Amino acid sequence: MDQESPYWIDGSVPETPGTGEYPDPWKTTEIVGTRVPKVDAYERVSGTAVYPHDISLPEMLHGAILRCPYAHANVLKIDTSKAEKMPGVRAVLTGNSPGADMPWYPRGGKFSGRLFDTHCRHEGEEVAAIAAETPLQASDAIRAIEVEYEVLPFVIDDEAALDPSAPAIHEGGNVVGEPRVRERGDLEAGFAEADVVVERTYRTKCEIHAPMEPHGSVARWDGNRLTIWDTTQGVFSVQEAVARAMRLPLANVRVIGHYMGGGFGSKLEVGKYTVYAALLAKTTGRPVKIFLPREDCFLVTGNRPGNTMTVKIGAKKDGTLTAIDYRSLGSSGAYAYGADSSTLAAYLYTCPNLRTEDTTVYTNAGKARPMRAPGFPQGAWALEQAMDELAQKLGADPVELRLKNIADVLQVEEGRPFTSNQLAECLRKGAMEFGWSEAWARDKTDGHLRRGVGVAACFWGYAGGPPSTVIVKLFADGSVNLNMGASDIGTGTKTWAAMIVAEELGVAVDKIQIEHADTATTQYATSSGGSKTVPSDSPAVRAAAYAVKVQLMRMAAEQLEVDVSDLEFRDLTVSSRSDQEKKVRVTELEKLDRQGVVIGTGYRDPNPEGMVTFPFGAQFCEVEVNTRTGEVRLLRFLGAHDSGRVLNRLTYDNQVFGGIVMGVGLGMTEERVLDPQTGKMTNANFHDYKIPTMKDVAIEHTCVPIDIPDNEFNTTGTKGLGEPATIPTAAAIANAVCDAIGIRVTDTPLNPIQLARLIAEQQKEA
Amino acid sequence: MSNKKDPTKRPEGGVTRRGFLGSVGAGAVVAATGVARPGEAIPEITSPEEMVQVALLINGRIHRLLVEPRWTLLFVLRERLAITGTKAGCERGECGSCTVLIDGRPRYACMTLAVEAEGTEITTVEGLLDGEELGTVQRAFVEEDAFQCGYCTPGQIMAAEGLLRANPSPSFDEIRCGMSGNLCRCGAYPHIVNAVTAAAENKKGGR
Repeated sequence: MDQESPYWIDGSVPETPGTGEYPDPWKTTEIVGTRVPKVDAYERVSGTAVYPHDISLPEMLHGAILRCPYAHANVLKIDTSKAEKMPGVRAVLTGNSPGADMPWYPRGGKFSGRLFDTHCRHEGEEVAAIAAETPLQASDAIRAIEVEYEVLPFVIDDEAALDPSAPAIHEGGNVVGEPRVRERGDLEAGFAEADVVVERTYRTKCEIHAPMEPHGSVARWDGNRLTIWDTTQGVFSVQEAVARAMRLPLANVRVIGHYMGGGFGSKLEVGKYTVYAALLAKTTGRPVKIFLPREDCFLVTGNRPGNTMTVKIGAKKDGTLTAIDYRSLGSSGAYAYGADSSTLAAYLYTCPNLRTEDTTVYTNAGKARPMRAPGFPQGAWALEQAMDELAQKLGADPVELRLKNIADVLQVEEGRPFTSNQLAECLRKGAMEFGWSEAWARDKTDGHLRRGVGVAACFWGYAGGPPSTVIVKLFADGSVNLNMGASDIGTGTKTWAAMIVAEELGVAVDKIQIEHADTATTQYATSSGGSKTVPSDSPAVRAAAYAVKVQLMRMAAEQLEVDVSDLEFRDLTVSSRSDQEKKVRVTELEKLDRQGVVIGTGYRDPNPEGMVTFPFGAQFCEVEVNTRTGEVRLLRFLGAHDSGRVLNRLTYDNQVFGGIVMGVGLGMTEERVLDPQTGKMTNANFHDYKIPTMKDVAIEHTCVPIDIPDNEFNTTGTKGLGEPATIPTAAAIANAVCDAIGIRVTDTPLNPIQLARLIAEQQKEA
Repeated sequence: MSNKKDPTKRPEGGVTRRGFLGSVGAGAVVAATGVARPGEAIPEITSPEEMVQVALLINGRIHRLLVEPRWTLLFVLRERLAITGTKAGCERGECGSCTVLIDGRPRYACMTLAVEAEGTEITTVEGLLDGEELGTVQRAFVEEDAFQCGYCTPGQIMAAEGLLRANPSPSFDEIRCGMSGNLCRCGAYPHIVNAVTAAAENKKGGR
């Protein structure tokens, strides 16, 4: 497990210094756990929030990027002379421009491409960029660039890419690195002692992140200092990449990302457009804004790779798992990435004998990026359907089968304990609230509208930790400034941070002002990805507020002339336990009045040694299948998640439902379609690439939080939520459809086209 | 609104639809339909003399400016008037992020040319505010947490506002249909339904 480094980090990150002084877990809370609307809601609903796409600076130019129209080609010649003379054009950038020749796509200390690569390995690969006075002039001008291409044979199919005669996308063959293999126990012996074995191949299709705000940046130079406004999940990672690209000290690069319109992993990686904007701004001496057209976002800003997964599971009659054999193939696209999907299968259930193998291949398509729980929803689609089939074969309740096999420890080495694992509680409480037993046991109807129910479970393979540094400043009037580097990607980061300070100090949430996501003015934080912002940063927020409290108590002890140990702090008032008369409002502290401010610095404490932390969850759904049309109506969905303590119930529910909605997309509506004749994407737009609309999602959504603090893990008792909430969804739908009509749908998307075909085949066989 | 105009009457300086179509060159049509490819014919560019004057009534205020005939209302709002509450998501009429009200009905600003919008009453998300006070639908979106990243939210709010103006008591299915032209990738749909339902109630109660 140690080698499974978190996906959003390439290279090292600073570690926070420990203080050794951390508050005890909360016993009771007054603010934390309640329903608090987002602290920046006014800005977001009134239109006053300034997203990077809204930035407009004096003298600002607009950029556009010319992209290779072929799936695989060499650039032989670029003639920009006509484009340079087009109205409004101020600069043209190619790989030959000063400072533009640099390696790109870092992974594991190596680079697999260049900022402008003359070997274009996918449709949409960058060829040139232009800055002009208006966006339309820039897009007009890129059309005037004349490029001579040598069109090359391409490969877009994962299995075809493995063929030694397939077109080589990089030197050394199309397999990315070595296949990753995990082994424990004796697989053969495990299957030998099984009474029942199920085996099947499952496929998920490639998904596009498609956040509503397109990708893009604005760059402005002031002498040798560069400011970037970027729609990103992590300002510090952009700072590092841009500083390296522009050969600047980190301190000279300021990256601001106060608001951003969604990322889901696609905005963890730094875009080439950011560097183009910086280079074009340098050349022209004017700020440059580059935002990608939506079609380009579909092509080049990442995807969740499709996976082909063969899973074989053996079990005894009583449901005890004896062996799991899991093989997965996926594509990184044209540049290096890991398209693994096996981690869920390796650790969700107790199974002494296991082998997993993940192979990733290069194909001539846009590079993959981590997408909301990378690898896990794919793995769940395979594993959790296999578990469902196993339950069918055993005649067992699928909930009971899962309960029987819950992992007590992480199955590495001698077994490593979890700080908490409430999966059993997720399954039990979820099943109870859903009315699972009755719904599952009821007789199936014969009509053309058939109902079925499904369940699927999950864990998510990361939980965060250091580094995180947060500063809380309390002013003499009792209002607070909270300073943290984390990006709020829409999950409500600022809101729970304010709630924690309010809980600790008794300051009203609306008296807390938050500075965040700005490399020049806020403290280092890792990117907001991996469902780790809450568990990594919330303890640091609490520690910072606690540090303020400690100082205020000392001031009060001095002023009241009592010992600190006799004092208690509540609602911005410090009072003596032994003498009710002795108390002082924080705003009446003489020392605070003289100082003007108290500053508390909070660090994230280290994770407990020798233990491992995962969030867990289970989802339940009921569907109605129309056997005449193949349409599936989602009647209800229930998410029961163990993410430790719930900080804000309002935003918690929203995350769970949002995860389910995205899972509906993977399971039922979404598929990147590449044309086999040209290798080009045929549905690079929202009309043809179907993300769920309000009419596609379940009629009824229920959230059942398993609100049990994980106090072993950190001082707020929290684990992550955003990613686990989308892992089991698609599998639960497929299981419900199978329950309704007896058809096991192995490939996404489970749409009427596919289902009508499968139903017709079923009827023919009957 | 006191200065509401008859949409059939065009003020001086504007263009009629016939006149507009006549003014668009073949090259611009190629660019607009997106068939131009690198290395192919270079589209003709509208020269500054071909710009036309329009007067746009936005949130109760008249804005007079010169526009290229190909400019969308979305482009003019964001890039020329800096009214950036209206968001650009796809610029091809598919996502709904740019939804505004035109004469009280939800319309995609990216699919509406600025010259077309002349003579109509345009309302953006900023126009729902009463001074600093949020409008009823905006307040319901806050209270029900009907968004995550907030980027599609101005469009969602305008779609909801338009729906409720046309149908003050929408059923669950009518809400789902009325809001289905607005994508939300964060998947806040369940909370958006709650917000629209609450806003309908609050509007009736005068909140």
